[in-house]
Amino acid sequence: MNEIIKTENLVFQYEGENNSDIMVLNGINIHIKKGEFVAVLGHNGSGKSTLAKHFNAILLPTKGNVCVDGINTRHEEKLFDIRQKVGMVFQNPDNQIVATIVEEDVAFGPENLGVEPSEIRKRVDEALESVDMYEYRRHAPHQLSGGQKQRVAIAGVVAMRPDCIVLDEPTAMLDPRGRKEVLKTIKELNDTYGTTVVLITHYMDEAVNADRVIVIDSGDILLDGTPKDVFCQVKVLKDAGLDVPQVTELAYELRKCGLNINVDVLTEDECVEELTKLLEE
Amino acid sequence: MLKDITIGQYFPGESFVHKLDPRMKIVLTIAYVVMLFLTNNVYGFIISVGFLVLSYSISRISFKMILKSLKPIVPIILFTAILNLFFVNGDPLFKWWVISISAQGVKLAVFMSLRVIFLIAGTSLLTYTTSPIELTDGIELLLSPLKKVKFPVHELAMMMTIALRFIPTLIEETDKIMSAQKARGADLESGGIVQRAKALIPILIPLFISAFRRAEELALAMECRCYHGDEGRTRMKQLQYSWRDAFSFILISVLIITVILINMFIKTGSF
Ligand SMILES: Nc1ncnc2c1ncn2[C@@H]1O[C@H](COP(=O)(O)OP(=O)(O)OP(=O)(O)O)[C@@H](O)[C@H]1O
Ligand SMILES: [Mg+2]
Repeated sequence: MNEIIKTENLVFQYEGENNSDIMVLNGINIHIKKGEFVAVLGHNGSGKSTLAKHFNAILLPTKGNVCVDGINTRHEEKLFDIRQKVGMVFQNPDNQIVATIVEEDVAFGPENLGVEPSEIRKRVDEALESVDMYEYRRHAPHQLSGGQKQRVAIAGVVAMRPDCIVLDEPTAMLDPRGRKEVLKTIKELNDTYGTTVVLITHYMDEAVNADRVIVIDSGDILLDGTPKDVFCQVKVLKDAGLDVPQVTELAYELRKCGLNINVDVLTEDECVEELTKLLEE
Repeated sequence: MLKDITIGQYFPGESFVHKLDPRMKIVLTIAYVVMLFLTNNVYGFIISVGFLVLSYSISRISFKMILKSLKPIVPIILFTAILNLFFVNGDPLFKWWVISISAQGVKLAVFMSLRVIFLIAGTSLLTYTTSPIELTDGIELLLSPLKKVKFPVHELAMMMTIALRFIPTLIEETDKIMSAQKARGADLESGGIVQRAKALIPILIPLFISAFRRAEELALAMECRCYHGDEGRTRMKQLQYSWRDAFSFILISVLIITVILINMFIKTGSF
């Protein structure tokens, strides 16, 4: 079993006013393998957060099933196992830090799981080191920058030793520097510790580094594949109200003008390479 | 402007007093208060004051801090003094119309005021030398026997922690909202009391809305980290009593017994 999250025909609807149900997710099938780095894209209100909340049983499907490491999220007695396996980080770092001291906050998750005190100490130190916040362990949260706070929040999840971390727009409230710090941390967790990462984001350039990109549009999966496969579908993405990385857009426009250039460029380096190739011809 | 408010006024340090177990410090503070109220004699009083001075010196907290902690309760001290001054019966020293002041009244007024002053000075030392988290942990553990009678000790401690955590955040937010409203032309500084209170409404309403939103998100985040109350929960920091705690406990016990003996056997200098 190397699938950490599996959804089968996941349908979810909110009960709206006067008994009309609002469909948010209409039959989603996603299989996420252990160790994968998946980016989820979609415009506002497309259902990304709702989908994410199904991954650790905050929400239960109206129809269909969600399985976490083989456990159906409908099994109520397995709730804490599921939430230990799939950790979640939210947008606003201020509203997810519970304790008044950084290390106390990181200890919060393992404490809830009933881990032995000496083992908690070990995990807290390791988690803080893995997000590069060890020297701030005795600080109060309000003395930290946004990016640092968000890394503490990530450490709080890491200390629970999850198999998978779901991050719901973790960089939306940060400045460019904070964004970079957080992204680097996430990438490192994925590379070094093999933690599965599901990154929900609005920023296309954050999705470029993922192994796989899933695009959600009004509760359906629009595209699912490697960043290259997904971003070269410039027209489909634009119709769904999404941007593509700047360099991809440049290549796309050049091709539309009749130049013979590959559209599947994602980074500046690749773009430069393609352009020099074009000029040499 | 609002950022200057500090809660708890904790001064970190490495002294004997700082290193005491917070549970013991709370017990010692209570014992000290009891001692102050048992004392009805100058000698007993000197013992209590001696203990206070000793504690302040060891913890290296400046005596000026006592004055600072007394500022907000000056009205209470005055009230206590005046009440004792005018309403204690005895041989009148001074009489005018219905007002009479007796020697006993003066004595008691001085004594009661001093009692309140030393009470505040002593309890302040607890917050000066104990961080808010230690204090919360100490209270939770000391009250834990009450769990047997279904008193929500853990929930109370969790509420205190969260309140302490969010006070700086909410203060910052209040500052922001105030600036935002001022930028829209709100006048917060002039006018009478009623007008100023009215001017607070456009600050309080956004603050409350945001606090509720934060609470909702925090609850979700806590749930995601498997929070389910006290049941099966462990703690990273384990509090442990040391020789310091034993020593302090013996010291305060000896002092209290001495004060009681003085009350019983020495009749000179009593109030
Ligand atoms: N509590 C709720 N009650 C009713 N409808 C809701 C509720 N929460 C979300 N919705 C609806 O569900 C839809 C999807 O919301 P969701 O939060 O999943 O979107 P999102 O893709 O995360 O958007 P964003 O990018 O803004 O975070 C939206 O149309 C929203 O109006
Ligand atoms: Mg969302």
